[in-house]
Amino acid sequence: MRILSRALSGGLAAAVGLAMAVSMASAGTLDDVRQRGHLICGINTGLVGFAAPDDKGVWKGFDVDVCRAVAAAVFGDANKLRYKNLTGKTRFTALRSAEIDMLSRNTTWTFSRDVDLQLTFVGINYYDGQGFMAPKKLGVKSAGELAGASVCIQTGTTTELNLADFFRANNMKYEPVPIETNAEARTNYLAGRCDVYTTDRSGLAATRAATDNPDDHVVLPEIISKEPLGPLVRHGDDQWADIVRWSLNAMIAAEEMGVTSKNVKEMASKENKNKEVNRLLGVEELQGRERLGLSKDWAVNIIAQVGNYGEVFEKHLGKKTPIGLDRGLNAQWTDGGLIYAPPFR
Amino acid sequence: MSYRLPGVVQPTDRPGPPPGPAFSLGSLWYDEAVRGVAIQILVLLGVFATVAWMIANVVANFAILDKTFGFEFLWLPANYDINQTLIEYTNRDTHLRAAAVGLINTGLVAFLGIIVATVLGFLVGIFRLSENWLVSRLAYCYVEFTRNTPVLLLILLWHGIFINTLPHPRQAMTIGGATFLTNRGFYVPKPVFESGFEWVTLALAAAIVGAILVHRHVRRVREATGRQLPGGWISAALIVGLPGLTYAAVGASLSFDVPELQGFNFEGGLYLTPELVALTWALAFYTSGFIAENVRAGILAVDKGQIEASQALGLPRRRVLRLVILPQSLRVIVPPLTSQYLDLTKNSSLAIAIGYVDLVGTLGGITLNQTGREIECMMLVMLVYLAISLGISMFMNWYNRRVRLVER
Repeated sequence: MRILSRALSGGLAAAVGLAMAVSMASAGTLDDVRQRGHLICGINTGLVGFAAPDDKGVWKGFDVDVCRAVAAAVFGDANKLRYKNLTGKTRFTALRSAEIDMLSRNTTWTFSRDVDLQLTFVGINYYDGQGFMAPKKLGVKSAGELAGASVCIQTGTTTELNLADFFRANNMKYEPVPIETNAEARTNYLAGRCDVYTTDRSGLAATRAATDNPDDHVVLPEIISKEPLGPLVRHGDDQWADIVRWSLNAMIAAEEMGVTSKNVKEMASKENKNKEVNRLLGVEELQGRERLGLSKDWAVNIIAQVGNYGEVFEKHLGKKTPIGLDRGLNAQWTDGGLIYAPPFR
Repeated sequence: MSYRLPGVVQPTDRPGPPPGPAFSLGSLWYDEAVRGVAIQILVLLGVFATVAWMIANVVANFAILDKTFGFEFLWLPANYDINQTLIEYTNRDTHLRAAAVGLINTGLVAFLGIIVATVLGFLVGIFRLSENWLVSRLAYCYVEFTRNTPVLLLILLWHGIFINTLPHPRQAMTIGGATFLTNRGFYVPKPVFESGFEWVTLALAAAIVGAILVHRHVRRVREATGRQLPGGWISAALIVGLPGLTYAAVGASLSFDVPELQGFNFEGGLYLTPELVALTWALAFYTSGFIAENVRAGILAVDKGQIEASQALGLPRRRVLRLVILPQSLRVIVPPLTSQYLDLTKNSSLAIAIGYVDLVGTLGGITLNQTGREIECMMLVMLVYLAISLGISMFMNWYNRRVRLVER
């Protein structure tokens, strides 16, 4: 019996040691990504304009292009990328357990997510706010008239909490109808299970554009919250966070400096008057670039293969798309918006 | 117990201990007793190592992620609303209370589902054995359809049917102007008990006690003399009559809160969400097919001679079913029935698919997501389901012991 128990405890110790060794092995996300040969990016399960498959089944959208920019920076090829479709509920678990390398999925930057869930938001690529959409025939003009209404919400989001705050602050009763994905929420809303659908206004515009007859629905004027959306990574790997952060900043700075997917190759091949353009495009040395493990033409690859911020916005969300969003808050700071990249110096 | 392989020199003809080389560590493997113990130790070691590895993995990863293990988050305010709350709940209450609301919702749907499934299952199971060709074929089709479709699809199907075919509250279908069917759910009048109604409740309790006494007396008379008194009628008269008379005597002590359309939705009355109705019905629909087959098997397990004997004694058909067939078939039906109840309860966790906020929706869903405590939440959810299942199991085992055939 003594031999048995000694053998058992020995085995246990060995197992613990092995487990430690296995989990310690993953340190640098960049090395893991390089070794794997592709980036794994968490995106929406389907939201037109942000992340949705086209008629060939290729995922396209505003959030998807952030993933593609990072792949372009790391590999020089925006297509070395696999997607993982995540719901509002599964996204953080997937990111924290290293199932994905980064998350780009209409995710609101909040204190608790940053601090308590230990996630690093690397920037904001869309300034949004929560709104309501209602059928026109319901005759509702403002969110203040929604007392007693049934409201469809996507569960696991900040909108769920804002909604509770909004109705409590205005002392109105309502029935929350929690739904897992945007597609199901739309189905329930169109079937009349709820009077109004609430989510970020960009999401409402996308959902409205995807209905059979968008003119039958109105987005109410009220904005009940601030929803700064952006890509994020997990805590603990600053190098990787910097790569994602500056990939996004490169897209934003490129628009500000007039670098587009059309002219980027030409501008990168000559000396430009604007020294910042030179540093961004690798014409002049950008101090510290090697520390990120990126090649000299990393930003050129992003802009050539994905486009600058403005191009990406117009392609997926802008006036020429069915969603038809204004730049609004998401215009460059030089045009009165909030989009602003720190200097490349 | 030991045996030796043929071909090995067997020193039986020589007295004394076997020579040195015949005993080696390898030869132990051929000793059945030693081998048995060795294999058991290895298996046990494997199990322990796996468990230890899993725990160590969690501990190590928690350390890497700088996460702590604890349940303090249960006392933080939940901040979200729930549309079906059987106990008082606002978004200012704690996550623990939200979990309790979810647990009660799970219990409600499981309880209702089990009742509906049992009634449906017994009916269909008996119909399946009907001599009427049409009835038995219809029951057969029902069983094959319900048993052979995934329960998740059934839940989505029924929810889809409810929200897509029923009208908007403003054009609600109504039964007698008091009950309304809409795609927002069913609104039924809610009974409101006023002072004096406690006497009616008391009368009902007295009537039930009376009915039990009558039942006992009828049995005693039957066993002593063979005479069958009309006990059923007397009990029914007691249970309906006594509270009825009391109600009339104390005056109108019961009123109904009738739902009324106000703004977007109906107000007042008892409100059943389409999610509750769809989920209960889909679970019951699915499980009833299995129960029907259990019932059929149980009835067919009763020896034909028993039925023929009771018919020969001149018992009417209904009594043959009630007194001879059912008591004997229950002992076959109850054990598999228990697993069906457990299945139904566990399947109710699919509620999340249609947004019915049960335990998985609150503790294992919104709370998990807002607090980021995956391991803790999932552990609690699993423990609760385990507890519920063990509870049902214990009750059914107790019931099984009661209906078990007493063998002589």
